[in-house]
Amino acid sequence: MKRIYMDYAATTPTDPEVIKAMTPYFNEICGNPSSLHSFGQEAKHAVEEARGVIALFIGAGGDEIVFTSGGTEGNNYALKGVVNANIERGNHIITSSVEHHCVTETCKFLETRGLKVTYLPVDKYGVVDPEEVKKAITDKTILISIMHANNEIGTIEPVAEIGKIAKEAGVYFHTDAVQTFGHLPINVDELNVDLLSASAHKLYGPKGVGMLYIRKGTRIKSFMHGGDQENGRRASTHNVSGIVGFGKAVELAKESMENEAVIQTKWRDKLIKGILDKIESSRLNGHPVKRLPNNVNVSVEYIEGESMILNLDMEGVACSTGSACTSSSLEPSHVLLAIGLPHEIAHGSLRFTVGRFSKEYDIDYVLEILPKIVSKLRAMSPLYKKEKI
Amino acid sequence: MVDIKNYSEKVMEHFKNPRNVGEIDNPSGIGKVGNPICGDIMELYIKVEGNVIVDAKFKTFGCGAAIATSSMVTELVKGKTVEEALQISNKAVAEALGGLPPIKMHCSVLAEQALTSAIEDYKKKQGNK
Ligand SMILES: Cc1ncc(COP(=O)(O)O)c(C=O)c1O
Ligand SMILES: [Zn+2]
Repeated sequence: MKRIYMDYAATTPTDPEVIKAMTPYFNEICGNPSSLHSFGQEAKHAVEEARGVIALFIGAGGDEIVFTSGGTEGNNYALKGVVNANIERGNHIITSSVEHHCVTETCKFLETRGLKVTYLPVDKYGVVDPEEVKKAITDKTILISIMHANNEIGTIEPVAEIGKIAKEAGVYFHTDAVQTFGHLPINVDELNVDLLSASAHKLYGPKGVGMLYIRKGTRIKSFMHGGDQENGRRASTHNVSGIVGFGKAVELAKESMENEAVIQTKWRDKLIKGILDKIESSRLNGHPVKRLPNNVNVSVEYIEGESMILNLDMEGVACSTGSACTSSSLEPSHVLLAIGLPHEIAHGSLRFTVGRFSKEYDIDYVLEILPKIVSKLRAMSPLYKKEKI
Repeated sequence: MVDIKNYSEKVMEHFKNPRNVGEIDNPSGIGKVGNPICGDIMELYIKVEGNVIVDAKFKTFGCGAAIATSSMVTELVKGKTVEEALQISNKAVAEALGGLPPIKMHCSVLAEQALTSAIEDYKKKQGNK
């Protein structure tokens, strides 16, 4: 059976060109970038080259890029680092109710340490209102963290506007750009951000490497203590092959991201329209146009997400759901609840995300099999019957 | 996320081809359990003749485990007396399915509750006669 991967938001396959670029850095060029000998200096050179590519890509300086182990570390570092360095100035941070778990869980942890956190609500599309951000700022606010685009429903947040408000208030502004980096144009000055996190495995790079952009002059404490790598801002021997792969992934993104966005937007809209047309009582989650080019998130009423995923998987299609029964917490997605979906409709959500190696056929195939799966499950559902009789 | 491949072959078999889906006209008892908030909802219909469950059907909104346990419980109760059926626990249903991933055990509780509730409904109706 042909297998179709439609979960690019979870992770992307590493591009063969990225693998090719990384390969020599496992053994041929084996040095530790901190070593003074030529082996070390070769490795250091490769790390610095990747840093340059990435910095240029977002309009930053090379010394403003700190390599991390991924998006989770970048977000933890940004939040804990800024709080630790600025606690005498204030004890309040502002974030949204639709952030990735690695931001919300970090905030919850910081609350146990006495920090005050405002979790801003979102509208029915998942958009944070910049005016609400402005109203939430107090003289104790030290950091605002709002994601660039949401990983579940694909909604793009008004980050530049929020950044402007933060700047005017003299509050640091961080954005989690894990879902947009390498997919949408990013310029740190235009976005008015002081900190920005990215992760290589969402843009066809390897897993386990990422970066945190830290604007020059930002007061932040390191949270990985040890050697003096990254100018003492992030100890631990560099993940040389990973960083090289990340750099290559960014080079590729630079070339192809614009075209890919155009194609993916076309497929996205075809899939959305197809599902809404073919399946009654289905709805789109997230913003209809201010959304990631590759993200489709729908709720199919009267049936549950995991049972749809299992059926899709049996037909070769891999996607994801925000249903409670697939999460260890047994809670449906906090994002779907935040946009106001009732629990039973949040349980019936599906997320399809396409990418570089998708084909238009994949969309057609989903549109062919999904309505049949939905009919089969609805015939079994006690909720469907009640509404229909 | 639960690894969907953690389901046993038997669970997947019942999920793919659920037995006894539907409703029974004039059932001897109905059990309706679960709620939309927690995710899984099940309706179980039983037909009792001479204290023996001769037919059972279900409708379920829920995950793979919920559907498979619903299917299995309808198989297990058929031919059993009401008293025997009351002895069927969620563990027994899960065991008959070759086990469930630990995090999915709560989904099998639904099947046991639906069964108990259907039998109570049957007894109540008997008492009213
Ligand atoms: C929006 C967002 N932030 C953070 C992360 C975490 O990134 P990583 O897997 O690199 O730790 C992810 C990916 O799961 C994400 O989608
Ligand atoms: Zn379940």
